[in-house]
Amino acid sequence: MLKRVHFPTSLLPYLLVAPQVIITLIFFIWPASQAVYQSFLIEDAFGMSTEFVWFENFTYLATDEQYLGSFGRTIFFSVCVAFLSMSAALILAGFADRIVRGATTYRTLLIWPYAVAPVLAGALWVFMFNPTLGIFPYILEFIGVDWNHYLNGNQAMALVIFAAAWKQIAYNFLFYLAAMQSIPRSLIEAAAIDGAGPVRRFWDHIFPLISPTTFFLLVINAVYAFFDTFGIIHAVTQGGPANATTILVYKVYNDGFVGLDLGGSAAQSVILMFLVIAMTVVQFRYVERKVEY
Amino acid sequence: MASITMKDLVKAYGNVEVLHHVAGEIEDGELIVIVGPSGCGKSTLLRMIAGLETITSGDVKIGDKIVNDLEPAERDIAMVFQNYALYPHMSVRENMAYGLKIRKIAKDEIEQRVQEAADILEIREYLDRKPRQLSGGQRQRVAMGRAIVRNPQVFLFDEPLSNLDAKLRVQMRLEIRKLQQRLGVTSIYVTHDQVEAMTLGDRLMVLNGGYVEQFGTPIELYNRPATLFVAGFIGSPSMNFLPATADSGILKFGKAASIPSANHAAGAVTLGIRPEHLVHDDAGPIKITVQMSEHLGANTLIHGVLEGTDTDFVASMLGHVTADPGSTMSFSALTENLHIFDAASGKRIEG
Ligand SMILES: Nc1ncnc2c1ncn2[C@@H]1O[C@H](COP(=O)(O)OP(=O)(O)OP(=O)(O)O)[C@@H](O)[C@H]1O
Ligand SMILES: [Mg+2]
Repeated sequence: MLKRVHFPTSLLPYLLVAPQVIITLIFFIWPASQAVYQSFLIEDAFGMSTEFVWFENFTYLATDEQYLGSFGRTIFFSVCVAFLSMSAALILAGFADRIVRGATTYRTLLIWPYAVAPVLAGALWVFMFNPTLGIFPYILEFIGVDWNHYLNGNQAMALVIFAAAWKQIAYNFLFYLAAMQSIPRSLIEAAAIDGAGPVRRFWDHIFPLISPTTFFLLVINAVYAFFDTFGIIHAVTQGGPANATTILVYKVYNDGFVGLDLGGSAAQSVILMFLVIAMTVVQFRYVERKVEY
Repeated sequence: MASITMKDLVKAYGNVEVLHHVAGEIEDGELIVIVGPSGCGKSTLLRMIAGLETITSGDVKIGDKIVNDLEPAERDIAMVFQNYALYPHMSVRENMAYGLKIRKIAKDEIEQRVQEAADILEIREYLDRKPRQLSGGQRQRVAMGRAIVRNPQVFLFDEPLSNLDAKLRVQMRLEIRKLQQRLGVTSIYVTHDQVEAMTLGDRLMVLNGGYVEQFGTPIELYNRPATLFVAGFIGSPSMNFLPATADSGILKFGKAASIPSANHAAGAVTLGIRPEHLVHDDAGPIKITVQMSEHLGANTLIHGVLEGTDTDFVASMLGHVTADPGSTMSFSALTENLHIFDAASGKRIEG
């Protein structure tokens, strides 16, 4: 018979988890419930009157061209960021995996971007691409590209995509490298003896074997692009020009704190909240499960 | 089919030399076993032949071509790894076909060769399974199958049976031997198990600390071990070693005991006698204080120390022999069964 271990009941365990519970309540549950409540209200711009309108904020969003446009942009932005940062990380990890000497140095250098705060990362890219001062517009001029992301919406989008992707490469790199290094060396050697060259080995063996990591990173990167890129956008383009880089998180901020449409902004953030929950569920359902080859 | 020549092979990692001037020739169709204790450089040597490790100096020749700078794929070899190294995301069929697919062999020929190999190894019904759905023994067969479909010039085995249980190991050992003889492919087999080495190899290369101690047939190694190391490594239970002094055909050992020998050695030597070569003989010169005995059924191992010393001694007697702990037993041995080694260098001293 299985013998259970009984602990004497005491206050201590509750005390130990209390800080975490309090933090969650104050900084997550309470604001989240406030947001849900607010999303049912319409308030005039001066805060003089509020009206409870049920789902009107949501139905309005569903028909709002600007909101739907922002939704499309966000998806485009996320796909580009995830694809760019993951493929760059994959290539770097592929090379780092083959290196024996000095591997830790490369690894440390490659991890640094992750430690940079989003706003600083954004500022860095703003400087590099400043149309009058930056080094890249100067170089681009030689190949006939007239760079000005303050005026050109597509260039502005490209810039925030690069900045956001660059910052995430380090994170993806770490996971990819760890995944590659957990593949038994002898398996790759067997493939080499079977006649597969480095490229073939990568596509036939390494890439399929790290597919669980790819799926995991896909979710993480999507979440990152959706929610964590506010700082970069704020520093680089402020959502402009003409809303060309206003992705959903940025629109929440813009409509709420600049446009003072608190109800609409709250409704948007509730939608975002459900998106996060959905992605987290996907992750737990599929990623945590042992992936079958 | 091809012969393999190792010429003055050296492997160094940084300043540390792990293989020292290894040389040897393997004839076409021969099965060579490289045997030695853990860390002696067996895998390193095999991997140098496979092309998975760089060669610090010396040459490896397959056939009459020096292959030092060839990629593993260009050496026309197949290797079976200790952990099998099957591709986990591919079915058994795909695992076996992979090397052929890369060589752009026609689809129906691939299928035919895979089927043939599957028949030989009796893994036909598992062809559509993934490696993780197989037992250890079946995986081992698949790994062998992957090697034989390629029809290479050389098979390399790195401890392929060490993950199997004892019974399966014996069975697979026999199968590998049969398969190798049937296909006639030159093979190198690495193991640290001396029984496996003795039963499998046409010839054995005994490695110790990166040096070749001896390279010869199992019987040569058993009958005329070149060094103390080989003498102790080959044979089970191990050979007994007694410090002795040789003087004009008489070997003095222990407490005033002596035995005649036909050897001309003089001075300090080590006398080696195999446990199974001891004959129970009440007038024998070798007197042992019995400590315990092990009954194995077909024979009995008597453990003790040489009387008046603390040199351990084992005797193997046929059948069931009773010996009380504390009692004394005497043995003799035939002159031709005495092995004499230089006490300082450990080298065999021939008659
Ligand atoms: N990459 C390396 N760098 C430095 N030393 C190494 C390296 N690989 C192996 N060695 C050393 O080379 C020696 C031989 O190793 P090897 O793997 O050939 O041993 P082995 O005979 O196959 O042992 P085992 O029976 O345990 O497999 C060992 O002493 C090991 O420490
Ligand atoms: Mg080894």
